[in-house]
Parts: sequence; structure tokens; C-alpha cells
Amino acid sequence: MFRFFRRRGSKDDLKQRLKLVLSYDRAQLAPGKMEQLKRELLAVVHTYFPGDGDDLDVRFEQHGDRMVLIADLPRQKLR
Amino acid sequence: MNAKAIVVTSGKGGVGKTTTTANVGAALAKLGERVAVIDTDVGLRNLDVVMGLEGRVVFDLIDVFEGRCKLRQALIRDKRVETLHLLAASQTKDKSSLSETRMQETVRSLLTDEGFDRVLIDSPAGIESGFRTAASGADGALVVVNPEVSSVRDADRIIGLLEAREITEVRLIINRLRPAMVKRGDMLEVDDVLEILGVKLIGIVPEDERVLVSTNVGNPASLEDGGAKATAGSAFRDIARRIRGDDVAYPDLDAPKGVFAGLRRLFGGR
Repeated sequence: MFRFFRRRGSKDDLKQRLKLVLSYDRAQLAPGKMEQLKRELLAVVHTYFPGDGDDLDVRFEQHGDRMVLIADLPRQKLR
Repeated sequence: MNAKAIVVTSGKGGVGKTTTTANVGAALAKLGERVAVIDTDVGLRNLDVVMGLEGRVVFDLIDVFEGRCKLRQALIRDKRVETLHLLAASQTKDKSSLSETRMQETVRSLLTDEGFDRVLIDSPAGIESGFRTAASGADGALVVVNPEVSSVRDADRIIGLLEAREITEVRLIINRLRPAMVKRGDMLEVDDVLEILGVKLIGIVPEDERVLVSTNVGNPASLEDGGAKATAGSAFRDIARRIRGDDVAYPDLDAPKGVFAGLRRLFGGR
């Protein structure tokens, strides 16, 4: 119950940063390359859906033993 | 652990590989095993001084590899525990005779011809040839990690390399944990490290200045009879027992003292 009142320590930041950097390490991809991948993916998407925005999230996720590349692109609202 | 030849490694330097090798080696020997510890950090030999055996080094690993002496001649018997033996690294810069094949032959000879029960191989820092040579002789690994960013990152890299070498028995030692910092949320806790690295735990060693003091005089802390439970020395002894297959409970490192703390624990607080 006292855990509830615990302030957020620096280790929570560290844990998030480590998870992120290790996902790039394990995928053997430099974080900057991910930005490039994102730009190129968006360019392809825009050729099929010209009206869509630039709101694309690309990341790695660990699913059990597997590393998964997630590209999350919210579609424009359909009228 | 089923592994008879265990490499102690970390990727990053300064996290406690050599201290771990000396302390776990000594504790295993104290439990009755015939133990050989090998220093493979050629050019930067240190296991000898940590164990207090520096004055007795005559031949070293490179001498064995290059046939200048017999393996048995290079083994230095410990003065405190007679089943503990050291094979020192060479202080010369020449690493050209370091080879994975010779390492494998040496470890095999220690286990078969010389009758050792266990060989601990102290790896140099890094992921280059020194690490590869050390790992080549091993069928199990102790990965030493400190709960901080660069050590955890490097440990992840090392674990990947060990798995690529098909060393399947990989166990994690979290070294220099500071319970007070964990409590205030400023240090990764054990579960965080295990979640991030995804390997099995075999030891939690608290930061303990007695380790430095005992190293100063060349006497492994695990050989000292500490009355108090949560010391680094007792943590290293527990690791030795777990390696031998004993189910040893992990002591509460931040057992709160006093009535208020007891009350908090009663209500499920930490």
C-alpha cells in the first residue's frame, strides 16, 4: 500500500531507455536508420492513400522469444 | 549447474568478474570440490593478486600453451583451501599463442587428467579474441552485471554471443546491488534486470566494502566467516551452493529494522 505513494525514481526512465536501446541492439539497427525507414514507409503509404497524415509510429517489440517490427498508422476517419 | 567448465564474463570491465571468479572458486573449493580457476586476461593479469597468490606465479597460461612447462607445473595451489588451484594469465603483451583449440585442450586436461571437478574461467572485458578464447573452453557461463545502464547493455550483448556459441547454461549474477537506492527507485531492482535480460538468476551480491578490504589483503571475502547474513561474502557462498544444485533462498537484502518498518511490512508495504 505504501508503494502507491512512492515517487517515480530515475530507474523507471532507465528501464524504458534500456528496453529501447536493447531492441535496436538486438535488431542490429541504428536508431537513426529507423527514422529513415519511417520516412520511406510513409512515402509508400502516401502513394496509396494520398490524403493520409504523417502520424506513423514504428518500433520494435519483444513478443516472447520473437522481436517484432510494429508500424502503427492511424487511418484518416472515413466519412 | 551441469557445466563443469564455467566462463565468468560481463562484456563491460570493472563489474566484478575477477572478484566473482576468486570468491565463487574459493567457496566451491571450501565445499569440497577440486577447483581450478583460470585467468585468461593476458597482459592484464589480476586474479593472482585478488587471490593473494601473486608471489607464487612461476609459469602461466601462455607457458602452458607454448609448451614451456607442463600443465601441472603451472597450477598454483591456494594456501587456505588446498583443493583450489590457480592458472595465472601471462603479463606479456603477446597474445599470439592464445587459441581456442589450446584453451579447449587445457580445460579438458584439467577435468580429465588432473581430476578437477570444476574449472572457472575468468574472461577479459570486451567481446574480442580474449573473450572468445575464454568462452571456447566453457560449457556454462556466469554473466556478471551491475544494475546500471552500460553494464546491462553489455551483458545483453554477451548473452547473445554466448547463445550463438551454444553455451546454453547461462546464469546471471547481479553484483554491487545497493538496496537503499533500489528502495528509493533510483536503481534497477532484480526483477527489472531479469525482465530486460531474460536469463536465469544465480546470485545477488550487495555492494559491500568488505570485498575491497578482503581484496586488499588477498583473501577472498567468501572465505571469511561473516556472522551477519546479507554480506557479499555470504552471497558468493550461496552462489557456489546453487552452482552445485542446492536450492538456496535469497536473503532479504533490505530487511527494514524497527517497529515502524515492521508495521509497514505487516501492511504489505516495502
